[in-house]
Amino acid sequence: MSYTAAEMMIVAAARALAGARTVFVGVGLPNIACNLARRTIAPDLELIYEAGVYGARPARLPLSIGDPTLVTGATAVMSQADLFGLYLQGGLVDVALLGGAQIDRFGNLNTTVIGDYAHPKVRLPGSGGACEIAANARRTFIIMRLTRRAFVERLDFITSPGHLDGGDSRQRLGLPGAGPDLVVTDMALFDFASPDREMQLIAAHPGVTIEQVREAVGWNLRLADHVTETPPPTPDELRVVREELDPEGIYR
Amino acid sequence: MTDKRLSMRDAIARYVQDGMSVAIEGFTACICFAAGHEIIRQRRRNLTLIRMTPDLIYDQMIAAGVARRLIFSYLGNPGVGSLNAIRRAVEQGIPQPLELEEYSHYGMVGRYIAGASRLPFFPLRSYAGSDMPRVNPLIRTVEDPYSGAPIAVVPPLNPDVAIIHAQRADVSGNTQLWGLIGSQKEVAFAARRRIVVVEEIVDEAVIRSDPNRTIIPGLIVDAVVHEPFGAHPSYAQGYYDRDNQFYLEWDRISRDHQQVVAWLEEWVYGVPDRAAYLEKLGAERLARLKPAPAPAAPVDYGAYQ
Repeated sequence: MSYTAAEMMIVAAARALAGARTVFVGVGLPNIACNLARRTIAPDLELIYEAGVYGARPARLPLSIGDPTLVTGATAVMSQADLFGLYLQGGLVDVALLGGAQIDRFGNLNTTVIGDYAHPKVRLPGSGGACEIAANARRTFIIMRLTRRAFVERLDFITSPGHLDGGDSRQRLGLPGAGPDLVVTDMALFDFASPDREMQLIAAHPGVTIEQVREAVGWNLRLADHVTETPPPTPDELRVVREELDPEGIYR
Repeated sequence: MTDKRLSMRDAIARYVQDGMSVAIEGFTACICFAAGHEIIRQRRRNLTLIRMTPDLIYDQMIAAGVARRLIFSYLGNPGVGSLNAIRRAVEQGIPQPLELEEYSHYGMVGRYIAGASRLPFFPLRSYAGSDMPRVNPLIRTVEDPYSGAPIAVVPPLNPDVAIIHAQRADVSGNTQLWGLIGSQKEVAFAARRRIVVVEEIVDEAVIRSDPNRTIIPGLIVDAVVHEPFGAHPSYAQGYYDRDNQFYLEWDRISRDHQQVVAWLEEWVYGVPDRAAYLEKLGAERLARLKPAPAPAAPVDYGAYQ
């Protein structure tokens, strides 16, 4: 069964949510991945949205992070003071999904500017909740497309901390969460399992070579001891994505 | 009970003056576009605009030249992409330069809480390891007096005026809001003046029948404006849906400043008030945004004599 690179990303992110109880969801691909996980591998998964929703059961694909379908039928709706203070900072988020315009080898993210902050070449959206999500979620998954423009040697701006300079630098700064755990891209998967916390290639998607991945990364990429091939999406996973979650094919 | 009802025109004329700081809050839901458009029509200038997510309303207001400064935490067209007019102001100074004062979401929430509760600052577990404090000197770090560990703090924020859209209020401004409540309560208590804009004016007895739903007491409200569909193209839970079609259209319109000027001419300057805007939009489009009902099970507060 054929599938797109976006579908491979969605499926890979969903599978990684096995065992998680709560997930802090973003819109777009992450939203589909979390809803796919809940309908397949993690039926008890509770979806938390930064707009102030816990236990969302969206009846349609939400365009925005604050869609009214997230409210109707949810377990709880709360102020953002409660959402960020009691739920996120209180330590109740198992996994958060983040993205960015730029990422470096330690999983630090830039969503603020390309170029100089005072005179930016491109003004990006900024933090939103990402800075505190990156600090407080127990672990984070980063979901973004793999390109040389995005996977860079040096960020123009650190919006959200990953493993900072690597090693134990997060703990030394007192960040409560463990930081980035997994990077899901359209070509490959990466983790930070080595003691120095540098991103390493753990799996290439079917049809993608290690050489192609290396060429898309802006630094000398480290490989895990055993680089595997990502299992392709199953017919059942593709059916849920195509028929239930994204019937109009917006994110394919 | 004081009747605080005013027309939108009178409420803005009375409470929003040049040079003030103004917060039109509402996280994706209940964003008072009607108030923003009236501020544009009355040609206010040099405002400091405050909002966690500037959204389309501040994109329009900044393109119209009302603002000098923006205090915010997320600068995007939610679910669509960039706020192109604000980007033009920041990157190219069109139609005029815009000063940015930037936080994360929780930092903005904390600023409202500190402002509302008269605290000197609000501590939060954020900003460590981020470049944000480097470009915003108001984000600082202090020593926790108990453990000695460093903790980030943000200062109080007290807007001159907060404008809050909600489903219903009585004539004195006791206001009930449901669905995403965002930071509407915190900003209302933090502000020096508050304008409440509602879909429906109800009897005080309706408010008193469900006191848990009262987010803002009339005690702190200066003006009540009755403005049905006043949040369009954002939404009011249970009353109308978000007009996602317009959010997508704006992405196209806002790519060119002259197109934005033409849009403002037609949809803001070209209509005298919200009623005329709605008439121009057409009953069919509004009817399409009406959701099917999904009422809550009633709760029983009990009568205790």
